[in-house]
Amino acid sequence: MTDRHKGLTEVVIYPAWCKGCGICAAFCPEKVIELDAEGKARAVRQEDCINCGFCELHCPDFAISVRTKEPGADPGTPGYKPPAKGK
Amino acid sequence: MPTPRSSRKKRKEVFALGAEAVAEGALLAGCSFYAGYPITPSSEIMETMASRLPRIRDGVFLQMEDEIASLGAVIGASLAGRKAMTATSGPGFSLMQEHIGYACMAETPLVVVNVMRGGPSTGLPTSPAQGDVQQARWGTHGDHSIIVLSASDTQECLHMTVTAFNMAEKYRTPVILLLDEVTAHTREKITLPLPGEFEVFNRVVPTMPPEWYKPFEETVRGVPPMPPIGSGYRFHVTGLTHDVNGFPTQRPDETVDLNHRLFRKIDQFFHDIQVVEEYQTRDAEVGVVAYGSVARSARYAVDQARARGIKAGLLKLGTLFPFPKAAALRLLSSCRAVIVPEMNMGQMSREVKRVNGGRSSVRTLNRVDGQIITPSEILKALTQV
Amino acid sequence: MSDVTQLIHQYLRHNKKFPHVFCPGCGHGIALGSLIRAVHGLSLSKDEVVVVAGIGCSGRIAVYVDFNTVHTTHGRALTFATGIKMASPKLKVICIMGDGDALAIGGNHLIHAARRNIGIAALVLNNNIYGMTGGQTSPTTPGGARTATSPYGALEKPFDLVDLARAAGANYVARGTVFQAHLLDRLISSAIERPGFNLVEVLTPCHTQYGRKNKFKNPVDMYQALKHAAVPREAWEHFSEAERKERIPVGVFVERDEPGLEERYRVMQAALLARPKAREALPEPNGHDPASTKAKLEGVES
Ligand code: SF4
Ligand code: SF4
Repeated sequence: MTDRHKGLTEVVIYPAWCKGCGICAAFCPEKVIELDAEGKARAVRQEDCINCGFCELHCPDFAISVRTKEPGADPGTPGYKPPAKGK
Repeated sequence: MPTPRSSRKKRKEVFALGAEAVAEGALLAGCSFYAGYPITPSSEIMETMASRLPRIRDGVFLQMEDEIASLGAVIGASLAGRKAMTATSGPGFSLMQEHIGYACMAETPLVVVNVMRGGPSTGLPTSPAQGDVQQARWGTHGDHSIIVLSASDTQECLHMTVTAFNMAEKYRTPVILLLDEVTAHTREKITLPLPGEFEVFNRVVPTMPPEWYKPFEETVRGVPPMPPIGSGYRFHVTGLTHDVNGFPTQRPDETVDLNHRLFRKIDQFFHDIQVVEEYQTRDAEVGVVAYGSVARSARYAVDQARARGIKAGLLKLGTLFPFPKAAALRLLSSCRAVIVPEMNMGQMSREVKRVNGGRSSVRTLNRVDGQIITPSEILKALTQV
Repeated sequence: MSDVTQLIHQYLRHNKKFPHVFCPGCGHGIALGSLIRAVHGLSLSKDEVVVVAGIGCSGRIAVYVDFNTVHTTHGRALTFATGIKMASPKLKVICIMGDGDALAIGGNHLIHAARRNIGIAALVLNNNIYGMTGGQTSPTTPGGARTATSPYGALEKPFDLVDLARAAGANYVARGTVFQAHLLDRLISSAIERPGFNLVEVLTPCHTQYGRKNKFKNPVDMYQALKHAAVPREAWEHFSEAERKERIPVGVFVERDEPGLEERYRVMQAALLARPKAREALPEPNGHDPASTKAKLEGVES
């Protein structure tokens, strides 16, 4: 996995459904997720996510959604072009 | 009642065992699924179904690994839209109690035939008894309402099996048909009804769109419509106390609603459920309350007593539970004494005594030696009261 | 990956309370996800799927999925499922059981369902413990493990479910774990799709009732152990006795293609019906046909 794969996704965690088991945090290959002070999962290094899908498949509570960003939709993602001025 | 049209055709007469008549009745009622486990003295019902069901389109016969499994499969089939039944005898009936309770709770129509043999435990496998009467009423745990029927001769075996299916479908409930070894094993001439001669009741299916359907909703009759699984009405069925949508609940209000409805749907139709035959009771001074094969002896005894100038009358119970209180009270009010002969230590006489309220003198006549109660025994009792 | 969770939401009953009832880290949620993806992958309609569940934590799964669901009695789910399948062979019947459910109280039903080869996909969620009742020994609790009813260590030998199902005659026997959801998706999908009795043992950690009594600090510890223990069957076969210790083979163990009981019954019945003499003389009952149902309420309403 190269950095080329990074930054293409957004890791959305729904705190109300997260039970803080820590599976996502423990097994994320890129350490994207950590448990916060409340014991809920939080994506602290979004930009490192390689979209392997492990967390989404293995969250027992369906609390994680790893969404692909439209390429170039966000600043910092490959192919990003700042919107044209005017109009 | 034969209809005028059908009476022109000739009804077929056959020589049949009580057990075969049960199978015949089941098929007439539209039963297309049987799952069971062999046990004496009920196996002939199973064997007849094993031979006949596969020869009927969609007829399914299954031999299961035990009686618990048998009733489980019957419930499954009923949920899938079939009219389904099983038959067993004492020890197997004990095993079935778990699923009888489930069928009560999940309101699954089905018929369980219990051919009573001597007990307790393995008891007397080839001898008649009537020891499972209160078990049929109260065998499964938890307070519940249930319908228990009985039959006293081969023709009635056919008739009451149709009735059992009709009540099961009408009230969405398990119905127990209690026979005894003598009834199931008596071979005699019976008349097969013509097609359409009996009313056959099929369960009410929902007509509303699936998204409006509430599977355990209160209705006028207390019986919600029931779609077969796979028909587009997706819902949850459980043995847990559930809300109108079928999902488990612990809310006291929902719990009481469910329990009340389960009782009410049967209790409020007493008059429809109570099948009794009053024989010579109009002017009777001494009465007999009997059911099963004992009722045949009792009828003979009543005739003999009348020949001797004793005004005897018989109340034959087709429905055992809910107990036919009104008919029993009629007899108790007019008779100075009522005899309840039965092949147990007094299970139905409890019910008669319970409703008596001092109207009459209720006498028991019990036999638990595996032998039938003879007409002369009953006659003797009639002459002595 | 983005649609995994969204897909699952399409199959959940949203009027039920979420998050679901399972404890933090309980693998049952992952197994539920696999089941949904398998059904979706096979393009089955929700109406043709019946989930029949037993009693225990695993039984709770039935509440959450928007299929036809039947929550049965303890250990007897397979008997209900057998009735449903025989009565309506077109339905896809999926039976969800726990280890105590399927192997202790329901052990007899399990081996007979396998022997009959009835068309059911049986998922046994094996967490080595009775979870819902408070952590008592189950027939798959490993020897020496501490439970509420084996406070000094379990003395009995656990069942090997794969061996048991194979010997009993199941068409398809597989084992997966909730740590390998992709594999589990495939195994469950095969079990639903193939004819006959198909069993998947799903190893799923229970930290609350098993882990805490057996020196697993948290759910993650149990998943680590599962990750270490599970090896593909092909690799396992080349392992030495010493290497096999503490390891569990996963994958497909039995793949037969014998027709299910419902199919054999259909063939027998078709042959019988083709012989006019054998056919029933009586009018054919069709009481189960909803189209023919006429509600006769007269005389009842009064
Ligand atoms: S796996 Fe799911 S439930 Fe567990 S900590 Fe992560 S988001 Fe929360
Ligand atoms: S998709 Fe993979 S890399 Fe991204 S957060 Fe989830 S586990 Fe980590």
